[in-house]
Amino acid sequence: MPTFLRAPSGAQIALIKAIVFLLCLLPALSLALGWYDDALGANPIETITRASGEWTLRFLLITLAVTPLRRYTGLHWLLRLRRMLGLFVFAYAVGHLTTYLWLDQFFDWQAIANDILDRPFITVGFAAFVLLIPLAVTSNSFAIRRLGGRRWQSLHRSVYGIAILGVVHFWWLVKADLLEPFIYALILAVLLGLRAWWRELERRRQLSVPPPAKHLERPVIRIVPK
Amino acid sequence: ASKLSTVASPLSTTEPQTDHKSVITYNNFYEFGTDKGDPAQNAHRMATRPWAVKVEGLVGKPRTFDIDELLKLAPLEERIYRMRCVEGWSMVIPWVGFPLAALLKAVEPLGSAKYVEFLTHYDPEIMLRRPVLAWPYGEGLRLDEALHPLTILAVGLYGEVLPNQNGAPIRLVVPWKYGFKSAKSIVTIRLTEKQPPTAWNRAAPHEYGFYSNVNPEVSHPRWSQATERRIGEIRKRPTLMFNGYGEQVASLYQGMDLRKQY
Repeated sequence: MPTFLRAPSGAQIALIKAIVFLLCLLPALSLALGWYDDALGANPIETITRASGEWTLRFLLITLAVTPLRRYTGLHWLLRLRRMLGLFVFAYAVGHLTTYLWLDQFFDWQAIANDILDRPFITVGFAAFVLLIPLAVTSNSFAIRRLGGRRWQSLHRSVYGIAILGVVHFWWLVKADLLEPFIYALILAVLLGLRAWWRELERRRQLSVPPPAKHLERPVIRIVPK
Repeated sequence: ASKLSTVASPLSTTEPQTDHKSVITYNNFYEFGTDKGDPAQNAHRMATRPWAVKVEGLVGKPRTFDIDELLKLAPLEERIYRMRCVEGWSMVIPWVGFPLAALLKAVEPLGSAKYVEFLTHYDPEIMLRRPVLAWPYGEGLRLDEALHPLTILAVGLYGEVLPNQNGAPIRLVVPWKYGFKSAKSIVTIRLTEKQPPTAWNRAAPHEYGFYSNVNPEVSHPRWSQATERRIGEIRKRPTLMFNGYGEQVASLYQGMDLRKQY
């Protein structure tokens, strides 16, 4: 493997980030151009709603794939793309929701409220969006410092639940042909399954380490906050 | 496509028609794929000649019609109808066809016939094999609905022979019901005493009833049916009871609770 891939320099990381950023913008750009060129088919609003929703899910799965990829390839710098990818999940979710509120419902708040209350697929989709907000808000270094690593991490673990809600949202939307939502569900199951498996491995590893002999144990110094 | 000569009909609407391209590229014909663009891509594989339609069941004169006989059974009329899909979009489509009643009268329904079942073409060699719905696609009407003057068998669109993706060579059009009731590429018409099973009702009985009349007051778990988007327009418009055909058809449902018989 070339060195720049194994351990890219700071400048190379910056370049990779810029390229990934532009790639992530492409789906939105192609929808925007399609809208102005009238190239989104007979029902352009449906096309945009569908595409923005699917891209939200795809970016969510890509974000969740960062850790496994890093673990199995040893490319630790991949972690440095995760925040940006996660923010693209939020950006596409905002685009998806805006399309629904504006182009689809034209801010008919009564109809929107009825949809959220009466239509299960919209209820879970809306819940997933609301749960994404705290993650987007705390995606900066300031929030990590403010919350402390542990609390920040447990907050951001809610992304697993959000991903499940996202796939359920798609599953319940589909009329009869469940093939596509099934594919998303399968990929998500693998990504979440890997994490469960790692936890299990970690548990077994800890169990297999023999406890240190009593006389070798060092005194534990606890720092108890007053 | 070749031209069909037609006569105008007083049952046509004068509303602006949905552009031709949308009508032939935005289709639900699941046998050819479940994306709206799939039927236009794949339906050319279906041969529409020779084609026979078998009419059987509780009729005095059961027989099989060749498609070319059907084209001459009655004068072809242009029927410009609103079409409302259960998914919340609608079109205005200039169909070419003739009343289903003309065909039914030719076979002399027996007094015991109460329903009409429609079975459509299914060929796994050229169509979807995954059992998304129970193939072949089946639909049904009550006999009085089937005999209603608005109910037609369509053989054309925009003055030309029906494109395959729109249900060639012959399909049902029932304009006051959601689009999925209007079965495409029909091969069997059967008159029965019992209510026939229908494809969407079998797939999701709580979502799709036998009647499936357009009804803005009965919402669907996935779509509010109060409004619809006319293809080609941005803002939604209110959906009309019986898709705006209430004056002609409301009497068929007198005394029925349309919330229960959805």
